[in-house]
This record gives sequence, C-alpha cells and structure tokens, in this order.
Amino acid sequence: MDKDDTLTLGAGQAAAETMTGAQMVIRALKDQGVTHIFGYPGGAVLPIYDALFKVEGITHVLVRHEQGAVHAAEGYARSTGKPGVVLVTSGPGATNAVTGLTDALMDSIPLVVLTGQVPTHLIGTDAFQECDTVGITRPCTKNNWLVKDVNNLARTLHEAFEIATTGRPGPVVVDIPKDVQFQTGGYHGPHAIHHRTWRPKTDPDLSSIVKAVEMMAAAKKPIIYSGGGIINSGPEASRLLRELVDLTGFPITSTLMGLGAFPASRPEWLGLVGMHGTWEANHAMHDCDLMINLGARFDDRVTGKVSAFSPGSKKIHLDIDPSQINKIVRVDLGIVGDAAKSLREMIRFWKTQKHQVQSAALKDWWKQIDKWREKKSLNYRNSDSIIKPQYAIDRLYELTKHRGDVYVTTEVGQHQMWAAQRFHFQEPNRWMTSGGLGTMGYGLPAAVGVQMAHPNALVIDIAGEASVQMTMQEMSTAMQYDLPIKIFILNNEYMGMVRQWQEILHGKRYSHSYSEALPDFVKMAEAFGCVGLRATKPSELDAKIQEMIAVKKPVLFDVRVDPAENCYPMIPSGGAHNEMLLSPDDGGEISDAGKMLV
Amino acid sequence: MHDTKIKPDNEVDRHTLTVLVDNEAGVLARVVGLFSGRGYNIESLTVAEVDPMARTSRITIVTSGTMHVIEQIEQQLKRLVPTHKVTNWTDTREGAKAGIEREMALVKVAGTGEKRVEALRMADAFRARPVDTTHSSFVFEITGTPGKIDSFVDLMRPLGLVDVSRTGVAAISRGPEAM
Repeated sequence: MDKDDTLTLGAGQAAAETMTGAQMVIRALKDQGVTHIFGYPGGAVLPIYDALFKVEGITHVLVRHEQGAVHAAEGYARSTGKPGVVLVTSGPGATNAVTGLTDALMDSIPLVVLTGQVPTHLIGTDAFQECDTVGITRPCTKNNWLVKDVNNLARTLHEAFEIATTGRPGPVVVDIPKDVQFQTGGYHGPHAIHHRTWRPKTDPDLSSIVKAVEMMAAAKKPIIYSGGGIINSGPEASRLLRELVDLTGFPITSTLMGLGAFPASRPEWLGLVGMHGTWEANHAMHDCDLMINLGARFDDRVTGKVSAFSPGSKKIHLDIDPSQINKIVRVDLGIVGDAAKSLREMIRFWKTQKHQVQSAALKDWWKQIDKWREKKSLNYRNSDSIIKPQYAIDRLYELTKHRGDVYVTTEVGQHQMWAAQRFHFQEPNRWMTSGGLGTMGYGLPAAVGVQMAHPNALVIDIAGEASVQMTMQEMSTAMQYDLPIKIFILNNEYMGMVRQWQEILHGKRYSHSYSEALPDFVKMAEAFGCVGLRATKPSELDAKIQEMIAVKKPVLFDVRVDPAENCYPMIPSGGAHNEMLLSPDDGGEISDAGKMLV
Repeated sequence: MHDTKIKPDNEVDRHTLTVLVDNEAGVLARVVGLFSGRGYNIESLTVAEVDPMARTSRITIVTSGTMHVIEQIEQQLKRLVPTHKVTNWTDTREGAKAGIEREMALVKVAGTGEKRVEALRMADAFRARPVDTTHSSFVFEITGTPGKIDSFVDLMRPLGLVDVSRTGVAAISRGPEAM
C-alpha cells in the first residue's frame, strides 16, 4: 500500500481531488500507467522526489547524467512501445536532457520529460539553476509547457502523455516551477482530458488505399521500403507487413529505424537500404518501377543524391505525418495514416478486389535481384591473426541467434552500420539505435532502459570505444539496479567512421580521430564493479562471448579489432544508389558537391 | 502522375499565410522558431488575439519561397500542436480561397516649402491622412496593399522621409465564410 493515500488510484472520480502539485505529478504518472521513470534529483524537483519517496509501484532509476536518463527512457520506450518518462531538475538538469530530446524527436520516440523550474516569482531573474527550459527545448520537442498555475497541472500532464504518444510519437517537456509543486490544487484523472485541438489523422483515405493496391497489382518491379513508422505503430503493423509480403511476394528492404519489422531470415528480405545498405537493396531501389514507402521519410542517408534517386519509379508514401509527404521526394501517391490501419486496409482491398501480382514480371524481377545478391556485398576479407569487426559481430549474432530474447542497442559510427548489416532481427522492438540525430553515447544508457523493461533478456550494446566513453558513467547505474547489460566494444582506437571519411575524402589526413590515451576497459569495468573482458585474437572470441553472456553482471567487453577496417558497401556522399563502393579497391571519386555533404 | 523528383523550380513567389492558434504562452515563438529553424523567410508578421472567448490568436505571415517550400511551410505549421488552421491567401491551387490583404503604415516626412506641399499633395492622392502635423513635419497614416504602401514610401523618400512604421499584413477571405 502507498504510504500517502492521495497517491493511490481513484478510478472514475469526476470531482477534482485536492492535493499538492508534487503529488499530482506522481498521481498522474500512476494514472497513466507509468511503472518506471529515469531521473536525477536537484533543488527544483525536490517536492516531486519527496512525493515519489512515499509511493509504491513506480520504480525510479537514478542515472549518472541527465542525458543518460533520456536515452534510457528512449531505450525503454522503443523496446516496450510505452512512453518513456524522465524527471530532472532545472537549469543544468534540463540542458543536459536536450541531446536526448533532440534524439527522440528525430527518431519519433514518445517521451514525457518533467523538468523542475525555479519558483515562478524568480523566473527571469537569472536565479540559481534557472534556464529558459521551454525556450531551449521548444525546437527539440513535439510540444512543451511551463505550468504556472497548479490547477492547470493535471490537465497539462495528461495532455503531455496524449501528445507524446498519439499521431507521430515524440518527446514533450513539462516544466514545473518549484512553488507550483508545493501549491495545492484540484486533480483530475486522464479520463475526459483531451487536448483542445490535437486530433492526428490515423485513418487513411480509402480512395488512396484503393489506388495503392491497384498500383501494386500493376507493378512489374516493385519494392517495399519500410521504416520506423512500422515499429512505432506497434507489433500489429509488423504482423500486417509480413502478411502483405505473403500476399504479394514483393521484395522488401528497410531503413535503419525499421529493422526487425520484417524478419531478416525470410527470402523476400534484401537487407538494409541506403549509404551502407546492401548491393541488392540499393539497386532494387534504383531500378524498381514501384516504390512502396511504408513509414519511412526519404532520409538523406537512404536517398543519396536525390536527383538520381530511383529515377524510373512511381512512388507510394505512407506516413502518419502529412508534412513528410513530398518533403524530399515528390511521390505519386501520398497516404496519411497509421501504418497498421493503412496496411490492414491495403490487405483487405487486395483480397476483396481479388488483385493478383504480375507474376511473370515479378519472377524476372527476382531473377535480377538474385543476380545482385550474387555480389555478396557484405563479404569481407577475414583474418586469422586480427579480429575483423565484421567477424566479431557475426560471431556475436551466431552465438545468440537461438535465443528469443536478444535486444541490441548501439552507439553511432562504423560499429553501428556493421551491426545493422550483420546482426539480423526477426522481431520489432529489438533494435534500438540513434538514427536521425546520430548520437554517440546513446547505446549504453539505452541498454539500461531496455534491461530495466526486460530484466531477464539479453541486452547488448554494440559499441565503439569512442562513443561508449561519452556516457560510460551509466555503468554505475547498471550496477546499482543489477542490470546485466553487455557492452560489446569494437575497439579500433579510432573514431572509425570519422577515420574512414578522412581516408576517403581528406587524403588520409587523420586529423584528431585517433584516441591516443584510451582507458583500460577491463580495469574500468572492475572499478565500476562490473566484469571486464578482452579479446585480441579471433580464436579467443567465441569463448569470451559465451563468458560475457553467462555472467549475470554488467560486462564491458573490449574487443580489439582491426583499426584500419572500413565499412562497406558505401554510397559515397553525393552518389546515387547504383554508384556504390564495395571495397577500398573501388576507389571512387567524390565530387566537390559530395564533399560538402555530411 | 507527377514527375519523380520535386522540380528544381526556382520561381520564388510571395505568399500570405494565416495561422489560427491557441493563444497560449510561447505560441508565437513556436511559429517564428519554425521559420528560423527550417530556414524559411518572414517578410512580415502580424499577430493579435482575435477571439478572447475561444482564446485564439491570428498570425498572418508574409513569406516567400518556391511552391514546394510554401507547401512545406503550410504542413509544418499545421503540425504544431496549438495550430487550429492554416490558410494560404496567395494560393493558385484548385479550391483555394481568395483573400483580401491590407497593411497600415505610419510615415513621417520632414521638410519645408515646396517639398512639404508636394508631400501633402501626394498623401492626398494616396488617401493617406496626416495624424500629426508640425511646421516642419507630417506623420501620415496610410492603409492599403503592401505594394501601395511601398509606392507611397518610395514617393516620400525624396520629399524628406525620416521614419516608417508598418503593421505587417492582415488578411481575410472574400465572401461570407471565415478562413
């Protein structure tokens, strides 16, 4: 039982209950079904922490840096489909959360971030730990609020959850001054509270669905290009996507954000698309006559050179966010709607209108795709003496694929791309990576959040030695909450992707991409109370991976890999999908315009 | 069917957009921040509460861009949570609403003798009325399309123009309906 009676659930009560602002925060979280929050206390949130102290049923995870709290909440959200909740203090607490908020906005992750603020009478006076939180976070949230009246607090909190989780998901911030936390006011539950204007369209126009299935039935060289929207829509969308492929036999590729929505083990799967996508996926995208974009956004990492992007195809674009249609690439048919609802209608119309695929043409298309597959674009030259990063990921995958409970997070860089290419997913919500923002330091705290939600699962952060040092302190969080996360570091001593670009674009002038003073990760693990492992030879890798999995503690595994290895295939910046480099021998001139791109 | 790619359509046009928003703290910053953050232009901006009961404000923005950019601006504005409605008054697409645009300006001209007389004569022709008069200056109030105000200001320049204050554009639809 809760020690504080006002914090227990009172279902269906219409009249406002009287309580303090701090109590309202905790009560609203409970009414919203929140069981975990990630946070860090400070002066301006002490009343909320005090209310939290008296309540049961909400687990608070104390991080070591507010950025870690937000990434952990992202990991939690992405692996569960529920919103992630963060509680931090004013000033530096809020500014430290900004990277995570931007990350969540770019990748459409539902988060509710509660920040403390100095008391209302001190706002604007440069008070201690004051910052303009709503001003700073306005461009990196879906919406944000400063609550100056305790009687608006409950409504704002419930609206915050509604906005974070409906339509295209995203992060929101509710900034709560300390005096509002102390004041007493009326609390209303989430029932009957809806935002005045926010009504995202989730039902697709059926006329466009009819058109879409007609285009699909007429297609000779179709490809499905699916994205994070399928994952965000929920597991039903992934199931329906599989059903659509069952019905049509169309080839399918996916963005980085969409991995797992379609099982990588199935023959229709072409692998990752884009800058480091497979030969077959990119060539099929380039040569197709119908592109069916389901919940992706024509990101520059996918399209390459837009003017040369899939020049001969008609394009269908399904997105829940109308602003994404025709943003980068003009499409022939835009469908605004939720992925699951739209896919369900597509399947229904395909069946009821008795559509058939162009089977002869499709057979030829698959023959062409099989030819592209023969390139085996993910091949690499292995070594007996030095661990190739690709080999390390292959072994990690082989030794874990029999389990049904593997969750992978990553940092950002070469290791992330190798993981996306080589670690194959069969289910959605198993792959958590920073796609849009490309946030080094994402993976370790995200793993904390994932493990918190799935205590018995195998949670692996495939990391680089540079990225992981950005949020390394969260190992301490993992220890505190007995979270046996596995940090699988592909240690090449370089910021590998920076080094790769310097090699290709900047005449091998490796300006400040080499870390001359790396910590001893094994000793570091021990200092945290975790387990440290190191592998330097390919022959010892399997046994060490097995050991990593067997240990019921957080593990830092320092895998010493070839420092010179580059990530291929690669579409050089400014290139088209059919201008891929497969190996360093391909050379590949990069245009001046291409060098300008990131 | 469309061309596959968005045309490299370099024709930049001026568009007047009206955004009806909840009159809540920070809503103007949200709208303006969208423009600066995504690299869109603002040529003029007019904002005021228009319905105290419904707590709505009307923001009228004059912007410029290719049709593709303007479409993106409209979509991005609609995406903001406090936005009720977005209308483009410079829309040539099918079904678009026709609108009336007006702007008010206060124009100060200083001078004596022939120039002063000429300024007053010009003001009369433009139906600008003096709202402050001294022996050596006028402040004219003028209402009209932004183009009319531009012309008036240009004419005043050689006649001793010292200061201009413009309200930005207000716009409303023709006919019996609201925006």
